Amino acid sequence: MSVDKDTVNKIARLSRVAISDAEADKMVGELNGILAWVEQLGEVDVTGIEPMTAVIPNKLRLREDVVTDGDVRDKVLANAPAKEGSFFGVPKVIE
Amino acid sequence: MSEYRIQGNTGEWEVVIGLEVHAQITSESKLFSGSSTGFGAEPNSHVSLVDAAMPGMLPVPNRECLRQAVRTGMAINAQINRWSRFDRKNYFYADLPQGYQISQLYHPIVGEGEIEVTLNEKDPDSPTKKIGIERIHVEQDAGKLMHDQHPTMSFVDLNRSGVALMEIVSRPDISSPQEAGAYLKKLRSILRYVGSCDGNMEQGSMRADVNVSVRKPGGELGTRTETKNVNSIRFMMQAIEYEAQRQVDLIESGGAVVQETRLFDPNKQETRSMRSKEDAHDYRYFPDPDLLPVELDDAFLEECRASLPELPDAKRARYEAMGLTAYNAAVLTAEAETAFWFEDLLAEGVDAKQGSNWLMSELFGALNKMGKTLDESPINPKQAAELLGLVADGTISGSIAKQVFEIMLETAAQGSIMAASAIVEEKGLKQTNDTGAIEAEIAKIMAANEDKVTEYRSGKDKLFGFFVGQTMKAMQGKANPQIINDLLKKVLG
Repeated sequence: MSVDKDTVNKIARLSRVAISDAEADKMVGELNGILAWVEQLGEVDVTGIEPMTAVIPNKLRLREDVVTDGDVRDKVLANAPAKEGSFFGVPKVIE
Repeated sequence: MSEYRIQGNTGEWEVVIGLEVHAQITSESKLFSGSSTGFGAEPNSHVSLVDAAMPGMLPVPNRECLRQAVRTGMAINAQINRWSRFDRKNYFYADLPQGYQISQLYHPIVGEGEIEVTLNEKDPDSPTKKIGIERIHVEQDAGKLMHDQHPTMSFVDLNRSGVALMEIVSRPDISSPQEAGAYLKKLRSILRYVGSCDGNMEQGSMRADVNVSVRKPGGELGTRTETKNVNSIRFMMQAIEYEAQRQVDLIESGGAVVQETRLFDPNKQETRSMRSKEDAHDYRYFPDPDLLPVELDDAFLEECRASLPELPDAKRARYEAMGLTAYNAAVLTAEAETAFWFEDLLAEGVDAKQGSNWLMSELFGALNKMGKTLDESPINPKQAAELLGLVADGTISGSIAKQVFEIMLETAAQGSIMAASAIVEEKGLKQTNDTGAIEAEIAKIMAANEDKVTEYRSGKDKLFGFFVGQTMKAMQGKANPQIINDLLKKVLG
């Protein structure tokens, strides 16, 4: 598996990361290096082995359905670049 | 079930419809945080640092939300997956602080099931059809945007952010707007019975994404469009009608349907393209590394199964076995609230037939007139049971019961409902079994209507009703009708 420059630009766009043309070129090489490195795992025969989901034998913990949080509006809004009353303010987005 | 065809210039077209229904799971707190799900709170007050996606916050699933999804799956005879997993669906939008929605793409908690629908749930003879369910998965809701409060800004309220949703995905087994409506109604009824979603479409607890394509009968599937966030059954049916016709016109005029997301505009009754960028749907799903897989054990599944209520189809069969007509059984079970009301009535000792007839004619009639739903009924099952008990034990007649019911409704409207027995007492409406008094009235009536007596005796049997009516009128409706009948038969010969 490898990526070309178009793919790198597309992923950057989808991730809202601005990269220059030179950076994209550099990224193609770096990403392909990473992908090639990971692909070495393909040499291991995993026939009949269950995929592992965690490195320690841990079970998902569940919560009971009770209200224990929230009511921290000012904390939630504290770092917002823009706010209006109780709302976050963002540049207008209309579909 | 229903033959729905669109007549085009090149012949007939059939419509293929699949629905993705988002149903808000009934819970106190959110799917991955302990914030309240309460409706209508001050903006951003039901938000924790988890819901606002502050760095380092970790999601912990709400057991109740998983339980409700499993119970819903069981109610539609679906496969329950003991092992499921959460995935991240990545996209940027101002109502999604995480930058991804936690959902289940690869391993949903509920697999294939089915729902049997009928075009008219109140008609026991209406044909039925099974609609396949592909899956139910659990995911987070997004926040809410307001665009009209400021010239250059949109406002964001994250109160809904992280509220648990079930996405219920049907197979493309639906072939007309009517079937789609019937499916949504039946699904809503099941969710309400199970108690996993309140089914309130006006408040947005249930909304549908509608996939529509057209094809020549029996031909290859056409390209589909998806109309998003339709929030009423009527709008959904209109959206399908419009969208199917649009696709037929487009194809027949030489164009091609583009796979895209559309919006339904209820005012113009048309769908229109959302004109999203072509790669907007590249969600780059991957398993959420913050969450371990969901593993359900026997005890959990057993509790889910044991806590399932009797479902509409089973209830309907039981009501018929109790001696109710097929029609009554169908009407009483179509909505959970009706069935529960009826059963509360039975629990108060009311006879099933008497109770169902009264509920369907008197109470529904009165509610209709007031423009109220059963939930808003001014009279509760206990108060109704007292009224019906007075009829059952012969204290008042059926026609007096109607008057008493009227008075109950009037007093309720004035702020404090008067009990049936108190009304009967105060207005002196008790039925009389006083044969002497009834006989006296009958004698007067016969004397005043000698011609009719003669006619009756010469064979005009229908006049019997006239004498019953006259006697009842003379007794101001308070005589025991059985006694009137017996006495009249005796004297008229």
